[in-house]
Parts: sequence; C-alpha cells; structure tokens
Amino acid sequence: MAIFLTENSKLLVQGITGSEGTKHTIRMLGSHANIVAGVTPGKGGQTVTAEGRDIPVFNSCQEAVAATGADVSVVFVPPKFAKAAVIEAIDAAIPLVVVITEGIPVHDTAEFFAYAEKSGTTRLVGPNCPGLITPGQSNAGIIPGTITKSGRIGLVSKSGTLTYQMMYELGDLGFSTAVGIGGDPIIGTTHIDCLAAFEADPDTDAIVMIGEIGGDAEERAAAFIKDNVTKPVVGYVAGFTAPEGKTMGHAGAIVSGSSGTAQAKKDALEAVGVKVGKTPSETARLMREIIEAKG
Amino acid sequence: MDLYEFQAKELFAKHGVPTQAGEVVRTPSHAHEAAERIGGMVVVKAQVKTGGRGKAGGVKLAKDANEARDRAHDILGLDIKGHIVHQVLVTPAADIAEEYYVSFLLDRANRSWLAMASKEGGMEIEQLAVERPEALAKVPVDAIVGVDQAKAEEIADAAGFDVSVRYQVVEILKKLWDVFVKEDATLVEVNPLVKTPTGEVLALDGKVSLDGNAEFRHPDHDVLVDQSAEDPLELRAKEKDLNYVKLSGSVGIIGNGAGLVMSTLDVVAYAGEEFGGQKPANFLDIGGGASAQVMADGLEIILSDPDVRSVFVNVFGGITACDAVANGIVQALALLEEKGEAVTKPLVVRLDGNNAELGRQILRDAGNPLVELVDTMDDAARRVAQLAAQGA
Repeated sequence: MAIFLTENSKLLVQGITGSEGTKHTIRMLGSHANIVAGVTPGKGGQTVTAEGRDIPVFNSCQEAVAATGADVSVVFVPPKFAKAAVIEAIDAAIPLVVVITEGIPVHDTAEFFAYAEKSGTTRLVGPNCPGLITPGQSNAGIIPGTITKSGRIGLVSKSGTLTYQMMYELGDLGFSTAVGIGGDPIIGTTHIDCLAAFEADPDTDAIVMIGEIGGDAEERAAAFIKDNVTKPVVGYVAGFTAPEGKTMGHAGAIVSGSSGTAQAKKDALEAVGVKVGKTPSETARLMREIIEAKG
Repeated sequence: MDLYEFQAKELFAKHGVPTQAGEVVRTPSHAHEAAERIGGMVVVKAQVKTGGRGKAGGVKLAKDANEARDRAHDILGLDIKGHIVHQVLVTPAADIAEEYYVSFLLDRANRSWLAMASKEGGMEIEQLAVERPEALAKVPVDAIVGVDQAKAEEIADAAGFDVSVRYQVVEILKKLWDVFVKEDATLVEVNPLVKTPTGEVLALDGKVSLDGNAEFRHPDHDVLVDQSAEDPLELRAKEKDLNYVKLSGSVGIIGNGAGLVMSTLDVVAYAGEEFGGQKPANFLDIGGGASAQVMADGLEIILSDPDVRSVFVNVFGGITACDAVANGIVQALALLEEKGEAVTKPLVVRLDGNNAELGRQILRDAGNPLVELVDTMDDAARRVAQLAAQGA
C-alpha cells in the first residue's frame, strides 16, 4: 500500500522540457513511475520521448489533468517561476504536488502553502526536497531508484543524501515509502504527517526519522510519537557541530540563539523512547536490530 | 542575511517608517564631525549583528562632539559576543516617554507569518516572553492577505496600545509590513519603538534579516553585504558559488548534500575526541552533481585554509555515480597541480552508493600517495582525525 504514492499514481512533470525535468523524467520512468504528462507553458502539443514512451506536453496543469487524469505533479520549475507553477497545480486540484526546486524565496512558499491549505485539495511535499519513492511501485522526484527494493521500513527525512545513505545501509531490508520532506523553513508535508501516514499504513512495520538543526519540527514530532505512534521509530539528527547563526546548506538549517539545536531534538526524541543513532550507520544498525527482533 | 541597525533603518526610511537620521563612521574623529553636524546630545551605537549591545557597553550617550569622539574611541574595537565593532552609528539622542516593541517574523511551526507587539519594549523580548507572556501579543498573519488596515488594527489592539498612539502604531505596522514583503525579509523587528514626550512614535532601533533565496529579485541588496566583516575563505567560496562555512577545527570536509555534510562534521567531531579533540575546519556541500571543476574549486579553498591538516571527502553516489565522482577527484588534483598548487595534505576518501567499487578502483589506479580510501563513513572519520592529529 505504502504512503502518498503507489503504482496507481499518474504523474505529471512541471518543467518537463527543462534539463533537470527531462533528466529526471527519464530516471523516474526507469524506476516504475507512470508519467502520463508534462507541462511547460508555451510548449503544449510537443512530445517528450523518454524510455521508449511518448509523453504529451501541455500548456497548463488544467489541460494536462483533463486529458490524462494525472494525480501527482512533480515540479522542476526554476525558483523565479515556482510560485506560479505550484498555484497552477493547486488550481487544477492535483492531490499531491512535489516541489523539488531549491532556492524558492520563503515569501513565495508561505503564499503557495497558504493557498494549498485553503484549497483543501492538495498535499504539498517540499520545496527543496528530493521527493518520495515507493520502491517497485513509483517514484516522484530525484531519489535514485536503484538504491533499494520494496520492504517494510518507512523513512522520513529533511535531507536527500542522508535519505540515500540510510536506504543504502538498509538496502537488503527494503522500504515501503521514503519521503524527503525538504530542508526549507516552510515545507508542505512534515515529519508528523509522514509519521501519521506510516502508522496507518499496513505495509510499514517500523519508521526511520531523520532530522537536522533548525526550527522545532523534531520536538513536535517527538510529542506526536508519544501519543500517536505505536510502531518502533529510530531517529537521527544532523548538525551537532553547527555554529549558532550560520545557515548550513539548507535554508532552514540554522541554530538561532539556543533554539533549533541538534541536542534539543535528540533529547526530545529520546525522552519519548525513540532510539537515536550517533551516526547514520549506528542509526541503521538500531533499525536492523528492531527488524531482526521482529523476525 | 542579517543587516546592521543603520541598514535596517535605511530600509525603514525607504518605506516611510519614521526613524532618526544618523551617520555611520569608522573612526573617533569622524564621530566627532558627525556629532558636530547633528548638534546637541547624541547616542553612539556599536554596529554589530548581535543583540545585547547596551549591556556590553556598545551604546553610549554623549553630550557634545568631544564626548562623542571619546565614546566612539571606547566602543570601536569592542568584542561583543565575538563580533568586533568596526563602525558606530551617531544619532540624535531622543527623549523617550514610552518604549514599545513590534516585529514580523516567520513562524516555522505554523508555516506562516507572525506579528508580535508589546507596550513594554526596550528589554530583551525573549526575557519578556518568559517573564510576562501576557504582555506580548502574538497575532498570526495570513500569507495571502498580509497586513491590511484591519490586521494592523488587530495587532495594535491585541497589544493594547493607548488611543493616543494607536493611529501612529497602525500606520507604522502597515509600513513595516511593506518592508517585510517588498524587501523579502524573514524578520523585521523594532525594539524599541518609542513615543517621544511630544507624542511622536518612531523606530529607535531596527533589526532586519533578508532571505538569501530572494536575491534574484533584489539586485539593490548587493550593497548591503559587508565584505570586510566576512570570513575571507567564505567570500572566496561565495564567488565560486560554493556552499561553504568556515569553522574552527583542523579537518577539511567536502561532501555532497547538506544533510550528509552536517552529519560528516558530527561524525568527525566524535571521532576526533579520540585524537586530542580534532574538529571539522569547515562545512562544504558540493551538491549532487560534483563535477571535476566544482571538486577542484572546493579542494582549492579547503587546502588554502592554514588550519586544515587533513581532508575528508565524503560522497554518497546517488544521482551521480561514484566513478564520475572519483574521476572528478583525480581531475581536480591534476587541475590543482597544473596551477602549481599541488596537494600536500592527506586526503581520506569515502565513496558509497552507486558504482562505489568502480570509483574506488579509479582512485587506486591513479595511485596518488596522499589519497587514502576508507570504506565506511565512521572509519574514514577516525582515520582523517588521526591524520589531523599527526599533522599537528
């Protein structure tokens, strides 16, 4: 079953004719994604040929949805045009919109996030994220499809490469769904949203949660786990050595004063019984022990 | 990017927020001249991007130009929480009847904007929030609607502003919102907003943070960057579009992906505990692509850091396969050699993921004696910390 993305998902790619859009369309097709449409304003009527498939390009999401029934959009549109693209996807009532684009001004994200909330029809993932993959079924974003297979671990992470690292270390066990929620200060889908979905997913037995410095999403996730999650959760937090007041790569990864530290997040998770690894490898080991104990 | 007080006030003035004129100077004698031009009592204020300036002795009253020179002499060069004062703002001393607080900021938990306002300004707002939370009004602001007349009135009334200043505060809130939105700020804070004995309300201080992601639509913000206050290595890295942060340790770090690099810093610091407390010297994320040129640019910056004694290249081949990354490293080392900047510090490389073994073979074949391959991130961190300790 997995969460948010299944073999039945019909994907459209916004910005399909751009270099990133085309490159990742090919990769997604190679990992079971059913891509039914592309959108690039002004290029409607063209066709993108990839992996032996001809994907029709439309001028707008509205047209693409009407013609193909697409229910997931993956956005590769550059930062300058991202807000308009996401709002167009929301207006077309696409249920899942995955914003890969890095570098979107936070005022734009605040606006399209509020717009999505008001619409009541659209879940946003990202921005500044690698997207999500349900191995063996579908892939919406840039997570390599070759790292692992289908399995029963759920993963939610702010970081792309740490997602890949964790999937690789636990590659023999496999994953139900891995969601990269992104490293921006405002993101559409949170740790909590994913924890709730994994808890409800009969195909997920245990959850890996990866966080990093900045904000208090991990602390709030810990409170949520205490009251709502019965499945075992293993955690990892990056950024113990990050200095105060410096942005570490991700726009949202910043310790401000005494808030947003890795230590506070680790403490909050451990206080509710989540085992937190000191390194990614140790985290993977902790998860392996849980899965193997279950038999 | 955080702005200095005087820069924040310039943006305030641009959007019609009442504030005080002033002059920014870098020497006591210029402070003297500025105070003469202003006339009467002045305040000399350290310009540093941190709070608590008053407590640290960075804000002083001066009754005339001679005193302004002396106070500037005292303040220039002060170390305030690790920030050295290189410039002071000389501004007319305002008579203060009341001090207030207003701000707009990002509320990450609610994924929207938040307005905060209080009739009790002047003190540190974190302290007020803890001691008398009821005195600090917090009003959510819808990102689509913004702060219109009704919202500005709601904020002013939530804080309980007196009728004698309510109209002025409401106007100021609307204009500060213009600063917030039109300048793409993530924080606009006025502490204190003051009422003078004649009943005029104005911004006596200002704090503004601008969103780096919005630079593309604010070419005018370039001049706000204070090159002299930035770390020289960070400046060079920025010119090459590298995501680099200078830290204080001895182990140079290069990796791909912000999360993995942050994690690498942590793992190196843990491993370093065994070797006399070796710590990471920097954060450097070369991104998913990791081309030879980017790798060369990154290595060049890190190797030119005199604090660096060993380097850890930690790459997970996800989108980019490890053989491409390995070729990038080999080419980068050759590029540096061509430029006469041959590598002399040991490099520990850990490749994992896509085509990892192929990548390792490429590096073994290249046979550079300074390049050492270690299979796992934890072992590589231990080895690179050990090398840094040996190089001390």
